Amino acid sequence: MRAVDTQRYAWHSLKGYRARTLLMLLAMTISVASVLLLTALGEGARRYVMGEFTSLGTHMLIVLPGRSETAGAGAGTMMGVTPRDLTLDDARALTRHPKIIRIAPLNVGVAEITWQGRKREISLLGSTREILKLRQWKLAAGTFLPQSQWDRASPVVVIGKNIRDEIFGAHAAVGQWMRIGDQRYRVIGVMASEGRSIGMDVQDIAIVPVASAQSLLNTPSLFRILVETKSREAMIPVKEFIEKTIQQRHHGEKDITVITQDAVIQTFDRILGALTYGVAGIAAISLLVAGILIMNVMLVVVSQRTAEIGLLKALGASQSRILSLILVEALQLSLIGVACGFFIGIIGSWGIRLALPALQAYPPLWAMISSVAVALGTGLLFSLLPARKAAALDPVRALQGH
Amino acid sequence: MIRLEQIQRDFQVGEQIVHALDHIDLQIEQGEYVSVMGPSGSGKSTLLNLLGLLDRPTAGRYQLNGKEVTEMDEAERARTRNELIGFVFQAFHLIPRLTARENIELPLILSAVEPDLRRQRVDAALAAMNLQDRAEHRPDQLSGGQRQRVAIARATITEPSVLLADEPTGNLDQKSGADVIKTLEKLNDKGITLIVVTHDQQLGKRSQRAIKMLDGRICADNQQTD
Ligand SMILES: Nc1ncnc2c1ncn2[C@@H]1O[C@H](COP(=O)(O)OP(=O)(O)OP(=O)(O)O)[C@@H](O)[C@H]1O
Ligand SMILES: [Mg+2]
Repeated sequence: MRAVDTQRYAWHSLKGYRARTLLMLLAMTISVASVLLLTALGEGARRYVMGEFTSLGTHMLIVLPGRSETAGAGAGTMMGVTPRDLTLDDARALTRHPKIIRIAPLNVGVAEITWQGRKREISLLGSTREILKLRQWKLAAGTFLPQSQWDRASPVVVIGKNIRDEIFGAHAAVGQWMRIGDQRYRVIGVMASEGRSIGMDVQDIAIVPVASAQSLLNTPSLFRILVETKSREAMIPVKEFIEKTIQQRHHGEKDITVITQDAVIQTFDRILGALTYGVAGIAAISLLVAGILIMNVMLVVVSQRTAEIGLLKALGASQSRILSLILVEALQLSLIGVACGFFIGIIGSWGIRLALPALQAYPPLWAMISSVAVALGTGLLFSLLPARKAAALDPVRALQGH
Repeated sequence: MIRLEQIQRDFQVGEQIVHALDHIDLQIEQGEYVSVMGPSGSGKSTLLNLLGLLDRPTAGRYQLNGKEVTEMDEAERARTRNELIGFVFQAFHLIPRLTARENIELPLILSAVEPDLRRQRVDAALAAMNLQDRAEHRPDQLSGGQRQRVAIARATITEPSVLLADEPTGNLDQKSGADVIKTLEKLNDKGITLIVVTHDQQLGKRSQRAIKMLDGRICADNQQTD
């Protein structure tokens, strides 16, 4: 039998039994489409969260005062000594390391701002020019803090968009003088509104030079020191360097904690990755169910077509011919089902991306390949039993319709 | 040429063993016209299925055109059925979703004949059966007699040497039955070995050779002159 004729014969019988063909197509289509859609959603969610974290700076270390280790409380805590403050000098001591690209000391507090009688409580952030790049913030107008000595206070402020809207309204904010506490500051810039939601919200803060913040908040201590390293690999040695340097400066006390952003990201990556695989696994079960459905329907088909199979044998079809006819039929069916499911999965994830642009819901390549492979595999595997049953039929009894 | 030697075919029915064919010796020459008659259950269909290689004997030897059938494997028997044997059944056994042309074409498709050649041969067969204008009709659009002529065209499309017909007129009215028989006899005139199982006395009388069966044995085997 020529291959074309085998395909044609199988195709004819698929068309001849429209209801069961459509039923099996539906099962195949739904399961392939659901694998693609669910993994697209999972991957989209993972990418979204990862994106949020990356916006905090990829190779970033955060230095905070106080030892946050639970195991082996340090000697200081034992003796009831409160940890030493982090100071600007501590931060400056870290700038020596060659693998550190930029450092931003950070000071936070609450302050009241006033302009032409309008008042508002805001979060005040004291830092340096470096923080702009370090946190990948963008300006909507004006300029950011000037490059200057860290310990030189100057009366300039960069404000968030919400503050600009509420205090200045329709007036241009840049160039205006306003009060922070009892000091006068000139607005030199406005933050863009696209700041990410995880971490700090830039809409509602005012940023001043770190020395100015120390004077406004009346404290010499820093809230955090943010450190960006050259590469991911540099994070470990830099971390050790920071711990050692600060320890030396703090008379041997290990009274700071260094958090790597990377560790947090990796944890989330793992969790969300596992979620995607889990969801793919659930969808794969629907493929299995589709396979079992195919087997049952094919078994019914074989018993409905017993006389036809008997006839084919009488006309000279061998057992292997009957086997391949049934398998080709199942393969065609699976192929169409996979194609439909694939199409719907791709269109569907495109729809999800339209509806939720923040979620980059692309089905991952591994899900596309494996859903196709598994669907074709189950289609074939589960029709093997019916096909063998058909091939083994006794032609005489088959012709009698038994 | 067909030669059966001491052919037995037993069926196990529960505890009992039925000897559907009981030590049959039979020789049929190429081109003979043989009718097989006998009461129900005498083994006529079993004999025909065995001759057609659809069934295998429990014991005995079967030679077809000089080849030992009992030694063939499954694939070889399938090929022999395709090349040397044509079946005509009482119930026609046409595939309902296929047209007359496609039904007739089936044995050629199974033996991988090229489409052009297939078309020529099916056209010729349709003409010979007087079915040219029914080529694209499906079985449910044909009369009983037409269906059986399609089945005969299908059985003879590979130009087999033996044509086996199990009560070919059983489902037909008098006139269509007579048509079908004439068609079969015309094929026999051209040299095909024709073996017809029938209950019809009139029909049985038309053949050159009449075999009577009883309880799995051949009880009479007569040459007839008309
Ligand atoms: N598959 C089978 N299993 C068990 N017994 C069978 C089987 N096929 C045939 N027989 C038995 O073998 C005997 C011969 O059957 P067969 O069909 O050859 O008879 P027949 O002469 O064709 O009868 P009829 O004229 O009714 O068609 C019967 O007793 C039948 O019951
Ligand atoms: Mg019978």
